[in-house]
Amino acid sequence: MIRAAAIAVVLGALVTGFASAAPPNAADLEAELVCPVCETTLDQSNAPVAERMKAYIRVHIAAGDTEQEIKDALVAEFGPEVLAEPPGGGFGLLAWLLPLAALVGGAVAVALLIRTWSRRAPPPEPVGAGLDPELDRLVDEELARFDS
Amino acid sequence: MASRARLLGQGVAIGLVALLFILLGWSLLNDEGGGLKSAAARGERPEAPDFTLERLDEGGDLQLSSLRGKAVVLNVWASWCIPCKDEAPFLEQVWQDNRDRDVVVVGLDAKDFRADARKFAKRFGLTFPLVYDGPGNTLDGFGVTGFPETFVIDREGRVVEAFAGAVDGDDVRPRLLVAIDRALET
Repeated sequence: MIRAAAIAVVLGALVTGFASAAPPNAADLEAELVCPVCETTLDQSNAPVAERMKAYIRVHIAAGDTEQEIKDALVAEFGPEVLAEPPGGGFGLLAWLLPLAALVGGAVAVALLIRTWSRRAPPPEPVGAGLDPELDRLVDEELARFDS
Repeated sequence: MASRARLLGQGVAIGLVALLFILLGWSLLNDEGGGLKSAAARGERPEAPDFTLERLDEGGDLQLSSLRGKAVVLNVWASWCIPCKDEAPFLEQVWQDNRDRDVVVVGLDAKDFRADARKFAKRFGLTFPLVYDGPGNTLDGFGVTGFPETFVIDREGRVVEAFAGAVDGDDVRPRLLVAIDRALET
């Protein structure tokens, strides 16, 4: 059992290591970077600067640069706006946290509304429960007279 | 409980609407770019937004306001822009012909690779000061919507005239030179 777990860990590490050592994919990078002129991802743009950036990516992949090195180089030229996904730290963190906060806030609001509405609805009264005893007696008398 | 929840909901809704109005007002007040060009076209001479950008032609930075006292021809360009190639020799000529008259041509390269911009400058023999704005953060302030655009700024840092498109056309060249003369008059 322990041996099997150890083999699984080693295999996992090998697969992860192989994946991180693999050269970056140009198509993936083009989908993760934004054309500074038309502000769509590079794979959606044929603007001259986007074509130049695609060529830059291909040249640097061929030169053996990692994905992060290529992204860092393009950020140094065009600023962090060139990244399709905002960075996970600093002000960029807001872009990740705000939708989450909105989702949680919305869920709380819906829960509060449901609770309010369920309390506001009056409980259904049992049939006849509210009948006046005097009226009940009169109805019985009338029914008895009708039967006789 | 229900009335408190209702009040809270109404408060949040009113707050959101108020926030949207504030954002709308802020964006209208700060929309100086398009306004700058139309104000210049009306002859109002709006103040040019100041910037400090790294220089491409040498080390260090250049601050636009440091050129107060001179007329500035600010040309926004990029190496991938075809009309920019057409007008580059004319802008160099304007610089050579007017540099002794307190006129400075400044090339603002934006949304471009630094290396490409330097190659462009070398290819066209540009000798006037060049600054670099890769992300293009300064463009909104000037209301730049395309490449190239040129702004003639007077000695007090106010925009005399804005030109969208290349300035080397037969009909535009004289207008640019007249704008430079007007910028020097102040």
